[in-house]
Amino acid sequence: MQTLEPILREHPFFQGLDPGYIALLAGCASNVVFRPGHYLMKEGEAANHFYIIRQGKVSIEIASPGRGPIPIQTVGEGDILGWSWLVPPYRWQFDGRALQETRAIALDGQCLRGKCEEDHSLGYEILRRFALVMADRLAATRLQLLDLYGKDP
Amino acid sequence: MTAATLTGPTADPTLPALYRVARRARETRDTYTVALVPAEDAPAPAFAPGQFNMLYAFGVGEAPISISGDPGSGDPGKGGSLVHTVRAVGAVTRAICGLKPGGVVGVRGPFGRGWTLAAAQGKDVMVVAGGLGLAPLRPAIYHILARRERFGRVSLLYGARSPADVLYARQMAGWRRAGLGVHLTVDQGTASWSGDVGLVTRLIPKASFDPGNTLALICGPEVMMRFTIAELEKLGLGRQQIYLSMERNMTCAVGFCGHCQFGPQFVCKDGPVFPYSQVAGLLRQREV
Repeated sequence: MQTLEPILREHPFFQGLDPGYIALLAGCASNVVFRPGHYLMKEGEAANHFYIIRQGKVSIEIASPGRGPIPIQTVGEGDILGWSWLVPPYRWQFDGRALQETRAIALDGQCLRGKCEEDHSLGYEILRRFALVMADRLAATRLQLLDLYGKDP
Repeated sequence: MTAATLTGPTADPTLPALYRVARRARETRDTYTVALVPAEDAPAPAFAPGQFNMLYAFGVGEAPISISGDPGSGDPGKGGSLVHTVRAVGAVTRAICGLKPGGVVGVRGPFGRGWTLAAAQGKDVMVVAGGLGLAPLRPAIYHILARRERFGRVSLLYGARSPADVLYARQMAGWRRAGLGVHLTVDQGTASWSGDVGLVTRLIPKASFDPGNTLALICGPEVMMRFTIAELEKLGLGRQQIYLSMERNMTCAVGFCGHCQFGPQFVCKDGPVFPYSQVAGLLRQREV
C-alpha cells in the first residue's frame, strides 16, 4: 500500500525535515474528503487533527446568531489548516467548513502530540513550522483589521 | 473663473475644459463610474492607461481622479468619452458622484505617466489591485486584452473590502473569457459569499507566471502595495519588474505647486506610475 510519505516530503511545510520524521508523520496521516457544506472542525469540539489541503476551499468562520457564519479567512490548495490540536485545551476556536469538495491529508494531532513529547527535536521542528503559519495568519488578520480599503484606512 | 469662460479641451493645462456627464453607473454603494464628453464640439483627448484628470465640481473644488475607461474605445483623440470611477469620500467626489447625465464638470488633463505596457510585451503580466486601485488599472487591462497575443500569461489579483465593494464585477466574466486569469478575494466575507476571504497577497500563489519574465502592476493603498511587493520579491521578482501607482495630494497636476512631492519626484508629472526601483527607498520613509 502506498503511504502518504512522498506527498508530505514534497510539501513546503515539511521542507528540510529529517526523512525519519517524515516517515513518522506519515504514520499519523490519512486521506480525507469533505463534501461542500461539511465541517472539518467545529468551535468548541476536541481538536485532534490538522489538515494539509490538497484541493478545494475551506472557510474558517464563526457562527453568530442572526448573522449566520461570519467568514474570517478561506484556505485552499497547499494551505495548512488548524493548530488548536497543539495548544491546550485542544479545542477548535473556529468552524472550518468546506465551500467546495475538499481533499486533504489529516494528521492525527493526539498521535503527534505524544511523539513531540517523546522527541523534543521533532516537537521543535513542528512548532517552528506552525509558528510561521501562525505569524502569517496573524499578520494577515491585522491587515484585514486595518480596513485598508475603507474610507479612512 | 466662471463656467462661462471655459471652453472645450484646451492646451493650457491650468484651465479646465467643460465636459458633460454622458452616463453614470453605480458600481457600489459609494462608488460611481461617470463617462464625460466635451460640452462643445471638440474631441476628448487620448490618454495612456494609468493617467489621471483633475475633475472640477463647480462651486465645490477639484480632485485628481484616475481614468478608468478603455483607451481604445472610439477613436482616441477624435471623440469618445473620458471615463472615471469615483468614490464619494469628500465634498468634491460627492458632488461629482451626484451629477446626473447632462451635468457639467471641469476637466484638466490627462496628466502624468502611466503604466509601461510596451515593456510588458512578451512577458507574463500580474495586475494586483486593492479596493478602488482597480480603477487606474482597468485601462491597462483593456489595453492588454485588445492585444492579448502580445503578452504571456496575464492575471488580475484583486482584493476588495467586501463582496458588495467589488468593482466591475459584471465585467470580470468577460475578462476571464478574453484570457485574463481573474482571482478575487475580500477582507470581510459574508454568509452568502463563497469566494476567497483574506489578503490580496494570498492570491499570488494562484497566478501562473514565470518570476524571471513577469511585470507586476500594482495599485491600492500603500500598505497593501508594500506587502504585495514583499511577497513578489520573495518569489524572485526584481525591483525593475514592479510598477506601482502612487497617490499624493495632486493639486496643480503640472509640477508647479509641490503638494504631491514624493522625495525628489512630483507624483503628478513624474508619476503617478513609478517603477519600484525608483521609489523603493521612499516607500518606507515616514511622512514622505
